[in-house]
Amino acid sequence: MSAKQNILAKLRKSLTGTTPVPDTFDVDLVTAPYTYTAEQRIPQLRKLMEAVHTEIHLTSGKGWPALLAQLLRDRQLPSLLIAPTTPHGQRVTQHWANNPGLPTLKSYDRPVEEWKAELFNDTPASLTTTLGAIAATGSLILWPTPEEPRLMSLVPPVHFALLKASEIRDNFYQVQQEFNWAQGMPTNALLVSGPSKTADIEQVLAYGAHGPKDLVVLILEDQ
Amino acid sequence: MNASAIIPTVAVEEDFRTRAHKALGDKQLRNNFRTAMDSLMTKRAASFSDAHEREHLRALGNAVRARALSKLPDLLEQLEQNLTRNGVTVHWAETVDEANGIVLSIIRAHEGRQVIKGKSMVSEEMEMNHFLADRGIECLESDMGEYIVQLDHEKPSHIIMPAIHKNAGQVASLFHDKLGVEYTKDVDQLIQIGRKVLRQKFFEADIGVSGVNFAVAETGTLLLVENEGNGRMTTTVPPVHIAVTGIEKVVENLRDVVPLLSLLTRSALGQPITTYVNMISGPRKEHELDGPQEVHLVLLDNGRSQAFADSELRQTLNCIRCGACMNHCPVYTRIGGHAYGEVYPGPIGKIITPHMVGLANVPDHPSASSLCGACGEVCPVKIPIPALLRRLREENVKAPDSPHQVMRGQGSKYSRKERFIWNAWARLNSSPTLYRLFGFFATRLRALAPNNVGPWTQNHSAPKPAARSLHDMAREHLAKQGDR
Repeated sequence: MSAKQNILAKLRKSLTGTTPVPDTFDVDLVTAPYTYTAEQRIPQLRKLMEAVHTEIHLTSGKGWPALLAQLLRDRQLPSLLIAPTTPHGQRVTQHWANNPGLPTLKSYDRPVEEWKAELFNDTPASLTTTLGAIAATGSLILWPTPEEPRLMSLVPPVHFALLKASEIRDNFYQVQQEFNWAQGMPTNALLVSGPSKTADIEQVLAYGAHGPKDLVVLILEDQ
Repeated sequence: MNASAIIPTVAVEEDFRTRAHKALGDKQLRNNFRTAMDSLMTKRAASFSDAHEREHLRALGNAVRARALSKLPDLLEQLEQNLTRNGVTVHWAETVDEANGIVLSIIRAHEGRQVIKGKSMVSEEMEMNHFLADRGIECLESDMGEYIVQLDHEKPSHIIMPAIHKNAGQVASLFHDKLGVEYTKDVDQLIQIGRKVLRQKFFEADIGVSGVNFAVAETGTLLLVENEGNGRMTTTVPPVHIAVTGIEKVVENLRDVVPLLSLLTRSALGQPITTYVNMISGPRKEHELDGPQEVHLVLLDNGRSQAFADSELRQTLNCIRCGACMNHCPVYTRIGGHAYGEVYPGPIGKIITPHMVGLANVPDHPSASSLCGACGEVCPVKIPIPALLRRLREENVKAPDSPHQVMRGQGSKYSRKERFIWNAWARLNSSPTLYRLFGFFATRLRALAPNNVGPWTQNHSAPKPAARSLHDMAREHLAKQGDR
């Protein structure tokens, strides 16, 4: 018999004569304390994300590319990695074309194997969008796609993330239901709640462990 | 780096009592643990400020785990089906040897030389680092705490905070000695040193190995929580990702992870959520530009099906590995994690380890507890740890000819003499005649009571019978009242 058959046979034997425990999932318990009004959502998200060193800027659908350019200049970042075929990637390209002298744009447009060293060693910042956010825990929802791959939000030391105010949800349960996640998950879905951190040495909190050292969220208030 | 130079070589010597005794005498160690545990307890308490919510959430967590275990074989099959559909290869292993064999064959199929590991307690069960190093494959830990203990040839002393037994000064010396960097006690700088070394390793690694916090049967999703980003690196950068986990980690529905996730991060670190919640449902698909080309899941039994067979001991498998029981344990706080000599220390270690290594190999674990009940009180999935410890104490002294075989290594502490004394004691206390006779002689011959009574008098004064028994005094008292 295979290991699988052995394990399953043992487990089944142990359950002989028992009935499965009924599903009594109390939805209220994970939603009621974590429900907010439209006015509360941004402050709630901000409070939690800023508590773990996330930088948050309120901006607009029109103004964000200029703000992004300003933030890059302030930090003296030489280049920015974008997803060129996404709508926000195109907005950046357009803004850059109209404003010469901005930091270099890099495109994630080929398999990582073709430029892994450059991604690791010479890509100081990136911009991605988000699928929304969760106010209850102060988390961004990232759902990487072929156009905007997984490593964009992980390897570059500074990660800029766009968030539409209207897409801030209350809690994780609501997000799962609304997007019907149970019916189909992508290769990788993520909740990101701040820059990378660790407290593994003497419980002293240090930021910039293995992922981004800085997470900068641009909230588009009018979208 | 020479692979054999990085393997943990700490041999577990001596028995539990000796190790515990030594740890108790180590002031630095005790101070490191006391400080850390106090802080973790405070953080947990603050994150569960609403006791009503906390208790209901714990009940829900328990119900979710109990439901999953009550359908475990079906859910494991469903998980395998859905993962397979998503393109993940599922492997089953009854023993750690089998699991290591599976991991090795995957690595060899890719001619892998360098493995980078996210944090995984199951891989510690397997002693994977050691196993692979012996076969010329470097297996490097990437969680900062795990990296520190590996660098010092140690093992984790806590399941969430592996290097909690060390202070910054000790880490500073370690990095200075082993990595040749300038001595610094600045934690930010120490972390940046680790980041730099490990970034290169993520870049080079052929294989990434991770654990799993929850495996969702409904969607075929592996969920990992972490703060550092090493888990994401491990599962995204190398061309092959191998996840190893115990067969009990499965939950039925995606929504089931909502309460469990909240309980896990708040109980472990007092955080509303970890920096990253990483949900992996498959390898890189066509047109995707990154992510591993292959994802494997190794499901390991290693004694879990033994715990599963007994409906009381089965509750051990509710565990979501938050570490709250150790943070609140007065024994763990004083002796630290290494004294236990096993992969899982503290209260959860005492109830899970016997199923993995046999009770006879850890005979002192069930009694290394004051049964104060703190572990059971804080457990987010309501494992009745004190009750299970008492149960294991019973299994420990079960007669060898008992027809009821519950676990490997049961009855190793059975003693005919002890059993005889307890039977006599029970008889004495259940027969009024014998009891009165005993009381009569015990009070009159009290001067003959010994001053040294085995281990008891090491820490306590010797038990001397009183001149008069309570019964006697009560009788006199009642008689006086009757006179009034």
